[in-house]
Amino acid sequence: MSAYRDKDPLIHGIQSKIRVVPNFPKPGIMFQDITTLLLDPKAFKDTIDLFVERYKGKNISVVAGIEARGFIFGPPIALEIGAKFVPLRKPKKLPGKVISEEYILEYGKDCLEMHVGAVEPGERALVVDDLIATGGTLCAAMQLLERVGAEVVECACVIELPDLKGRERLNGKPLYVLVESR
Amino acid sequence: MFAGDQNGLQGDPRLKAISEAIRVVPHFPKPGIMFQDITTLLLDHKAFKDTVDIFVDRYRDMGISVVAGVEARGFMFGPSIALAIGAKFVPLRKPRKLPGEVISEAYVLEYGTDCLEMHVGAVQPGERALVIDDLVATGGTLSAAIRLLERAGAQVVECACVVGLREVKGQHGLNGKPLYILVEPRQQINCSAPPVNGVETCRHDDLILGGNFGSPVNTTSKSD
Repeated sequence: MSAYRDKDPLIHGIQSKIRVVPNFPKPGIMFQDITTLLLDPKAFKDTIDLFVERYKGKNISVVAGIEARGFIFGPPIALEIGAKFVPLRKPKKLPGKVISEEYILEYGKDCLEMHVGAVEPGERALVVDDLIATGGTLCAAMQLLERVGAEVVECACVIELPDLKGRERLNGKPLYVLVESR
Repeated sequence: MFAGDQNGLQGDPRLKAISEAIRVVPHFPKPGIMFQDITTLLLDHKAFKDTVDIFVDRYRDMGISVVAGVEARGFMFGPSIALAIGAKFVPLRKPRKLPGEVISEAYVLEYGTDCLEMHVGAVQPGERALVIDDLVATGGTLSAAIRLLERAGAQVVECACVVGLREVKGQHGLNGKPLYILVEPRQQINCSAPPVNGVETCRHDDLILGGNFGSPVNTTSKSD
């Protein structure tokens, strides 16, 4: 589901603040830079408010954010809806006991980790990141949560790149985005 | 300065709860370091909210237009503060993460150097800025953050951290900028296990640790 299709006037304001940086991190990639959104307090607040409006009162007790830009959007949402925030991190960043989930990159593999004990079985969880591309990272995030017995209610991103069909990699889990970029 | 030393926050039970919500992980990332793990604070909604609220109460009327957060744990606290005080949030990142034009500031690690980057144009001359990170150890990272903001012409009003020592040791000293800290690092792991042969032991995760933690050389370590 995309907020964009609702043609909410707030969405246009948010989309206009996202900067596209060509050929980053490598030639041919049009990088969707959300840092310019963060420079506009109203647009940043509108972004958070749209997510909070959707998820408040839905009995979500966990917001899991993907390192590192998921750490920017996840905590404000978690605080507003009364949930805990759980960082999902690159390897060897989290101290203590963790579980790991590998995922495939264009070239090679990477890994996402979550603290053991951060999430209890039966908890209802939201996964947050700034952007969904191929869906590989979000998929790994969902796997981590489901492995500890949580229920992933939805994945939430500011931006979707629909041409990369990441939505289809989410094992039927719903995806909510504010902005589509083609 | 410590939040608990200030009028109005002396004996504030929120500070005690915040301190107790932070988990101490011994020997991470290397032996001798008692790592102050704030992720357990983020799991405690009330304590996390109180952390943000205490910073917001302090900074909301200081005319601050920029909150700069140091990657990555500064990202967990900075944006909420920025949103509440109506400031922009500026991420200060490891090299090659920010797209487009950046300025870089190198800083010294125990072994070698690292680098912090900020977007060109994120901050305007004359803006009043707050730097936020989860923890201050030697102050090297915070000093680099201050230099980035000052190079862009901003005025750094204060640096704010959840955890830090009373005195910032080491050669960095934060360029004379004030530092505001909520709680001190703890050396003891939370536990209720009774001592064995007079020696404190703690069960932490699956580790059983014994011995005298005493005064380790490095009680805190700054990693991202």
